[in-house]
Amino acid sequence: MDDPLVIGDRQYASRLIMGTGGASNLAVLERALTASGTELTTVSIRRVDTQGGTGVLEVLERLGIDPLPNTAGCRTAAEAVLTARLAREALGTSWVKLEVVADDRTLLPDPVELLEAAATLVDDGFTVLPYTNDDPVLALRLEELGCAAVMPLGSPIGTGLGIRNPHNIELIVARAGVPVILDAGIGTASDAALAMELGCSAVLLATSVTRATDPEAMATAMRHGVTAGRLAHGAGRVPQRFWAQASSPPR
Amino acid sequence: MFVQVNGTEREVPDGATVTGLLAALEVPARGVAVAVDGVVIARTDHDRAVVPEGADVQVLTAVQGG
Repeated sequence: MDDPLVIGDRQYASRLIMGTGGASNLAVLERALTASGTELTTVSIRRVDTQGGTGVLEVLERLGIDPLPNTAGCRTAAEAVLTARLAREALGTSWVKLEVVADDRTLLPDPVELLEAAATLVDDGFTVLPYTNDDPVLALRLEELGCAAVMPLGSPIGTGLGIRNPHNIELIVARAGVPVILDAGIGTASDAALAMELGCSAVLLATSVTRATDPEAMATAMRHGVTAGRLAHGAGRVPQRFWAQASSPPR
Repeated sequence: MFVQVNGTEREVPDGATVTGLLAALEVPARGVAVAVDGVVIARTDHDRAVVPEGADVQVLTAVQGG
């Protein structure tokens, strides 16, 4: 595998992690996931309302995609820990996207509850991937607790506002010893490319694909955006200049 | 006996295990997690753990999200 994404004890060829929320139906979701080339995709854990499963796990299994359960909707560390433990039994995975949000309007992570939940789950043997603020200090604290990656937001969940504080993302990347995954706020392919150019190891997105007019086409665009950004990051871009510099010979 | 399943009263066989309860509810055992009175029951214990009468049972599964 060339240039794999390494998280914990796993390796992935794809640096695009997908979510499954927002897709209008499973057929649309399946085509989008296929087009994205993703190998790791989030699901949520909810009460069984009707008899039988929802079918999302079957889609992931068919496509050979690892499920990454999240703790979406949890407001406290205790809720998130319980949800992670339920997810481990339901899906047979100790990986969790840890999400503890403060309120419904911003869906911003609650850093106090997040740190407490992360500490408990790491101690319990989970591979913890925390959704966090774009706060370089908090990212370091999460890494020190033993999280396998840190996942700062570009902007609030579902806004499509892109990366509002690129310098903070660069600060997080500069000091991180674990993969930095840009999670939330991606609106279009150039946002995904920018995340990778800033040095992120991967991008996690859902809404920008599942709620696009053509999810399959946007998933393809995101796959190329992530690849382009990764290549550009490693290629050594030219310095930015104030004045023009001719690219053709003078005579 | 009666137990609360996801907030709704349901009748299941007396002395049912978690596995028996899921079968009685016709919920597929695969891909679900069960908590009884707030305690997560490990999958490996589903055949042994007996659900007490009147228990508050949560049955959860994976859905689209994130």
